[in-house]
Amino acid sequence: MQAVIQATLDFLKACWQPLLCGLVIVAVLPLIAGYIVLVERKLMADMQARLGPMRVGPHGLLQPIADAVKLLIKEDIIPQDADKLVFWLAPVLSVGAALLSLAGLAIGPAFQVAKGINIGILFVVGVSAMGIYGIVLGGWASNSHYSLMGALRSSAQLVSYETAAGLALVTGLLFAGTLNITSIVEAQYDQGIWFGLLAPVAFFTYLVASIAETNRAPFDLPEAESELVAGYMTEYSGFRWALYFLGEYTNMIVVASVATTLFLGGWLRPFPRTHWLDFLDFLPALFMIVVGAYCVVRVPKQPAKVQSLFMLAVAGLCFAVALVLLAPVVLPMFQRSLAPVVKPFYDGILGSFWFLLKVSAYIYFFMWLRFTIPRYRFDQLMRLGWHFLIPLSIINVLVIGIAMIVGSYLHLAGGWLLLTTIPASVIALIVALFILSIEQKSAPPEQGRAASDSYAG
Amino acid sequence: MLDKVIFYFFAGLAVISAVLTVTRRNIVHSAIFLITALLATAGIFLQLRAEFLFIAQIILYVGGIMVLFIFVIMLVNLDVAVRQMQFARQKWVALLISLALAAQVGLMFWSAGKLPGQGLPVSEAVPAAQLPPNSEEVARSLFSSYLLPFEIASVLLLVAMIGAVVMAKKRT
Repeated sequence: MQAVIQATLDFLKACWQPLLCGLVIVAVLPLIAGYIVLVERKLMADMQARLGPMRVGPHGLLQPIADAVKLLIKEDIIPQDADKLVFWLAPVLSVGAALLSLAGLAIGPAFQVAKGINIGILFVVGVSAMGIYGIVLGGWASNSHYSLMGALRSSAQLVSYETAAGLALVTGLLFAGTLNITSIVEAQYDQGIWFGLLAPVAFFTYLVASIAETNRAPFDLPEAESELVAGYMTEYSGFRWALYFLGEYTNMIVVASVATTLFLGGWLRPFPRTHWLDFLDFLPALFMIVVGAYCVVRVPKQPAKVQSLFMLAVAGLCFAVALVLLAPVVLPMFQRSLAPVVKPFYDGILGSFWFLLKVSAYIYFFMWLRFTIPRYRFDQLMRLGWHFLIPLSIINVLVIGIAMIVGSYLHLAGGWLLLTTIPASVIALIVALFILSIEQKSAPPEQGRAASDSYAG
Repeated sequence: MLDKVIFYFFAGLAVISAVLTVTRRNIVHSAIFLITALLATAGIFLQLRAEFLFIAQIILYVGGIMVLFIFVIMLVNLDVAVRQMQFARQKWVALLISLALAAQVGLMFWSAGKLPGQGLPVSEAVPAAQLPPNSEEVARSLFSSYLLPFEIASVLLLVAMIGAVVMAKKRT
């Protein structure tokens, strides 16, 4: 008994940091996912000239919590002929894979669960790809035609687009020369340029493929409500449905984080080595103060007393966070010896701020696209994947590799590599478009194709 | 100690789910247990500090091949398959082969006890922190000492891919 307790204590002493990070992720993520849904609804309302959710809390700020409570206490329905065990297992798999893949990601220089793992980005991609079993098995276990159709579409879509996404990641990794996430970001610091600028075609390919992989509009065919009710989650309700939703939004965060790490400089601020831009380090505190001030300004306009109190509370929270953010800068001014103590803390907060800002921008782009572009048809989706994106990404890996060799012969480094990689990207794009035009000339007429596609829905 | 516990956990999981894979009547359940067996094997790779093999196993087998398996299972008509004979009548051949295999394994255990130090050279155990980075090592050995087998394997895969495309195109 004594030995077991001692072993547990040793384990805790050695691993308290990753355990704490994991706990924070698991605890905070459902809340974040809920608020992403709120932001999405508000954004959709804004783009359609509506107000969106306004009832629960000021400007609907408490809507996600109300939704969560509603889903938790809803009746749990399992269809009669469903495969009970698999039906139970599927949503858990979906969320589990998405949460586990977050363990490999680094949110800021200090916040990473699996610190310094050698296979970094492969771990994230590989584990998050396992989430597809949640969709496929859930669709099969529901014992419903709509669900099965949705599951089949989803697996076909994921298998097709994973190739393009993987090849796009390979292009980015060519510049980094490592799979370790920390080293990838450090490589972008050393070279002084984001890899997304060096390989714009790869970034574009990953962007499109990641939308398809997360089943977002315009590629949300697995849950096309006009054809399949709700696709693979037709038969799910209540908490299980909420788990699927959580998995989906976590996956969005995962793909956005992978893109941020590899293509958008991770937790580095824009131009990290240009010192006259150092004032950007104060941006997070400034941002918090502006949000707080806006809340204070809006207080008199609230219809009810409770709502204005709530607004004041939000403003107070913002100011408090701003104070905490400013503390590491202000404290060393009074006492010099504090500077080395608070430095890593400050770097961690700043890094997380930039990382989360980039991830939010990426997710914002997803939402923007969703409200702008109509849904693709299934055969169009498949043609885009196999006839355009996959050839494009294969050619891109080739020409970017050649461009890097040419660059090393010309002794180009950092930003100067753009001189070779940009022409290479243009060549890749032209060749892929050429291939697409040949395909379209030789393809049989449109009606024949759609009819021969048995699972087009 | 911890290493042993982890090894026996994953090994036991792999064996049990492999047995369940062949004994389940429901073909989707079999596929799920096959996935579990593959994941447990990946866990053993990780326990041996072979991270790259671990993630390659997950990406290729669990994330790629098994998804296609399940995809095909759902496309074929399951009701017909269930009514058909599930096991081929080759009991005696199977018995013979498994006896031969058991004899081989037994011989291995017996000879391993008899002749200590024979077989593969075993190097000294190194603390996990001092191991060279795994994926870099795999890449180095693939592209230096094993370049020719690597290229032959890739040509083989390319041939298989072209063959599949040709067979699929034949229909029109």
